[in-house]
Amino acid sequence: MSVNTNALGGSRLRRRASLTDTNLLLIITIVVFIVMYMSAVIFLQKGFTKPQMFFNILNENASLLVLSCGMTLVMITGGIDISVGQVTCLVCMACAVHLQKVNDGVATGNVFTSLLIALAIGLAFGIVQGALVAYMEFQPFIVTLAGLFFAKGMTTIVCSDRVPVTYEPFVKLARTEVTIPFLGSVNKKGIYIPAYVEVGVIVALAVVVLLFCLLRWTKLGRNFYAVGGNNQSANMLGINVKLTKFLAHVLCGLCAGLGGYLFFLHACSGSPLHAQGAEMNAIASSIIGGTLLSGGVGNIVGTLFGVLSLSTIKNIVTSLGLEDAWWTNITVGVMLCIFLLVQSVILARKNKNKK
Amino acid sequence: MTTNVSALKSQPSAKEVLGKIVRNQLFIPLVALFLLIAFNLITDPGFFKVSLEPNSAGNLVLSGNLITMIDYASELVILAIGMTLVTSASGGQDISVGATIAIAGSTVLRIVKTQSPDISGAKFAGIIIVSFLLCVVVSALFGAFNGALVAFFKIQPMVATLILFTAGRSIAAWINNNDNISINDKRFGYFGNFIPGIAIPTPVFITVICLIVIAIVLKVTNLRLYSQAVGINASSSRLNGINPKVIKLLTFIILGVCVAVCGFIKVSRTSSITYSVIANNIEMDAILAVALGGNNLGGGKFNLTASVLGAYVIQFLTTTLYKFKEIDSSSISAYKAVVVIILIIISAPIVRRKIDDMKNRREAAKAEAEALKAEAEALKAAAAEAESIEAASAEAGKETI
Repeated sequence: MSVNTNALGGSRLRRRASLTDTNLLLIITIVVFIVMYMSAVIFLQKGFTKPQMFFNILNENASLLVLSCGMTLVMITGGIDISVGQVTCLVCMACAVHLQKVNDGVATGNVFTSLLIALAIGLAFGIVQGALVAYMEFQPFIVTLAGLFFAKGMTTIVCSDRVPVTYEPFVKLARTEVTIPFLGSVNKKGIYIPAYVEVGVIVALAVVVLLFCLLRWTKLGRNFYAVGGNNQSANMLGINVKLTKFLAHVLCGLCAGLGGYLFFLHACSGSPLHAQGAEMNAIASSIIGGTLLSGGVGNIVGTLFGVLSLSTIKNIVTSLGLEDAWWTNITVGVMLCIFLLVQSVILARKNKNKK
Repeated sequence: MTTNVSALKSQPSAKEVLGKIVRNQLFIPLVALFLLIAFNLITDPGFFKVSLEPNSAGNLVLSGNLITMIDYASELVILAIGMTLVTSASGGQDISVGATIAIAGSTVLRIVKTQSPDISGAKFAGIIIVSFLLCVVVSALFGAFNGALVAFFKIQPMVATLILFTAGRSIAAWINNNDNISINDKRFGYFGNFIPGIAIPTPVFITVICLIVIAIVLKVTNLRLYSQAVGINASSSRLNGINPKVIKLLTFIILGVCVAVCGFIKVSRTSSITYSVIANNIEMDAILAVALGGNNLGGGKFNLTASVLGAYVIQFLTTTLYKFKEIDSSSISAYKAVVVIILIIISAPIVRRKIDDMKNRREAAKAEAEALKAEAEALKAAAAEAESIEAASAEAGKETI
């Protein structure tokens, strides 16, 4: 189709053709998710027919959603941040220790201060890594790798055991269920159970909307795309490339802090084993959602569906009875592989069209 | 202007020689190594004591921190060889090596576990060789998979290898049905520990063999030239008749073979495997070794000696940190990260460029100041001359009057 429009000529038509390419990735993701979920509903049934199953997926992955959104921002500018998983872990541990101290009366504070701690940790990581990547021109992978190491070590320095949180107001907040009207189900005894989501899901969805608006309608958001698409042209257009990259990392750090807090809210504890491999899941979700690794292309809505697809396939694998842990990882790997190949083919086609 | 001055001088000054040494790629890892050695000597004078002691099996073996360090650095050094080549040719790193080591180790154990421990030496050697070859083939295939994604589908190496990073350990578990295997045959442990009668750990020999092989390969073949050419500019090297795709694929396959050797050593060390823990975080260490060696992580020129040295430094750092009893073993990574960041900042090209810039500017300023001074002197001299001429002419005028 794009060949036809190219044959017609005209820069506007060609622009539409290239837009179709980027939208194609998004459409593929959404279609894959819907097909997967529908087939799960039809063939597997079990829990999938109930709306609550879908909300449970959201409940479990609210933190991953926020992490992936931050990752998408960085990946749009052509970078990568692999420290987010361990930052999540560090945030959980720091908040848990803090709240336990508050609970024991050793320190003053409340739920709000723990949120501030989480955001401060994320912000600190974002600023340091962003400065190193943008102004010192180090490879983002190496810098964030060191960040990953640092966060991992810091977590065990803060505390090396699992810390469950018993602080009353926090537990209350964590257990708060936001009911969703009309989507409940009737259980075997005939009692109506309303569908619910946790507070974290609402925060995560708010972040999605916020970042979507940022990327679509603000100057900063468009600058992210410009810098990722072509560094030098962006520079020549008068965009401050270094500042843009720096801000992308700072925002990603903030997202890691907030994502960490949501994870903490869901898990209600701190442990050095929390959020293992979350960075890889976040990267995988972004890629599945149609963010190109070369930068310049990506969409927050795609990332949302990327997270949903990833977690749905995990749930399907588990409910198929393949409970051995390895099947989940292998399916995720295969899925990632397929999406990468599709991206590569699309990119190749795009380059051919350009020539 | 400064270059002119230095060109005029026939004998290089001490300062220039020093500058050349500082700019050498081996400088940073060597300095790091010396710092670590000095630090250890100060805190514990007996740190480098090597003694000949009987081990648990009753053999006389060398023991001491130094031996442990060199022994445990083996896997890292072997990996650094392959990682350097991959970095050079593809401009990215393979983050799946840890997972592929698990796969390689699992393959070896799958073959060896079926044999009873009381078979004859020759037969046992045959099994070991078969299992090793198979594990090399398997790892090379996984390397080729990564390489194909990078070379033919043009996916960034770190992301292409992300697939195996996620799935690799699960595949390793799948190969052996997630069984906890341990090999009772003592002979299987020879490759990761000690061969009776030889006081040096076997992995050291394996490392030396690998280094010799890669040195010969780089000497005899054009691999070094080609991979650097591909790394610096793939399309221009294609125009010069090199196939960049094949070279990239080849480097990934070489890394696969290195990974197979590592996997073999790793499982031989413990005669068992834990799929989720084996070679944990080794990919990070291997990449850091390459970075510490001063190699450009964006591809292009590489220095294998520096990478190998970098690998030893990383292991040395780990051993040193482990020595502090009060440091929890899992919090080591925080200290490591700080050290590594500092090292990378020092060795970063941009920092060096800035330092050079500053030096140049200072020299330029100095030269300018000198030029100004000379000019001022010349003016002064001219003024004095003019004065004297005036005076002379005045005198002459007086005389004539």
